[in-house]
Amino acid sequence: MSFRGAVVTFPGSNCDRDMAVALEAVSGVPAIRVWHGDAELPADLDFIALPGGFSYGDYLRSGAMAARSPVMQSVIEAARRGVPVLGVCNGFQVLTEAGLLPGALMRNASQHFICRNVKLKVENSQSLFTAGYSAGQILSIPVAHHDGNYFADDATLDRLEGEGRVAFRYAETVNGSARDIAGVLNEAGNVLGMMPHPERAIEDALGSSDGRALFESAIRSLVEA
Amino acid sequence: MKVRIHVSLKPGVLDPQGRAIHHALEGLGFEGVNDVRAGREIELDVDDSVSDEALDAMCKQLLANMVIENYRIERVAA
Repeated sequence: MSFRGAVVTFPGSNCDRDMAVALEAVSGVPAIRVWHGDAELPADLDFIALPGGFSYGDYLRSGAMAARSPVMQSVIEAARRGVPVLGVCNGFQVLTEAGLLPGALMRNASQHFICRNVKLKVENSQSLFTAGYSAGQILSIPVAHHDGNYFADDATLDRLEGEGRVAFRYAETVNGSARDIAGVLNEAGNVLGMMPHPERAIEDALGSSDGRALFESAIRSLVEA
Repeated sequence: MKVRIHVSLKPGVLDPQGRAIHHALEGLGFEGVNDVRAGREIELDVDDSVSDEALDAMCKQLLANMVIENYRIERVAA
């Protein structure tokens, strides 16, 4: 197969290598590494990942500076063309700041940095990212964040729920997120943002392999398309 | 000229930082503080020719996140 997956690195990204390893482990093809200052993305990408970390030191707001970096204009255009885009942790924050996903990620309600495995419930098993799971399935996936407290107004939350755009929900108290939302999809279903780190859970040696099916579903859907 | 941008959380948005500050004030023995909201002040030094519209666009596009924050623009005499 000729899968072309890219991982964007911003100054301060720290999960970009993990993301590249996960993409290669599942696709068998090395991920293309893209730097934030690149004006253009490589051509004909099948998948774009925005990794976790602390881009630009979380200056101004988490993800705010990265969302305005040169490469993001190309990411936004690719997302609008339907290219699958996955944002994890800081990548989720970047997607909300860039306007590709609704809502915002605020400081955890506890004020504490939270770093542990959490129970995650699959809400929507129909999306290209989650087709490898069954609805209601409980996963164990690590979180590591200070600003993971998902906020959107009630009308937006109702719309997300009504349209099946809540991909994952915390199955335990974690960070104060509205309606325990852990991951959301865009309207077209090709952009997923989530705070938990599936790329850190792709084999048992890492403590959990529950994240692997997310990459498998996404990459399989691309091959079959 | 100097311009101060005051960014604050919208009413109704939970402010964990403000709550922690409130708690700390109570811990120091200060009484009568009913609520604390933490915000951010950004000071710009701009040419006099920079319009109100441009400042407004700066706030909307970057300095404030309109999902959770409000902003107020204050031009300060040099």
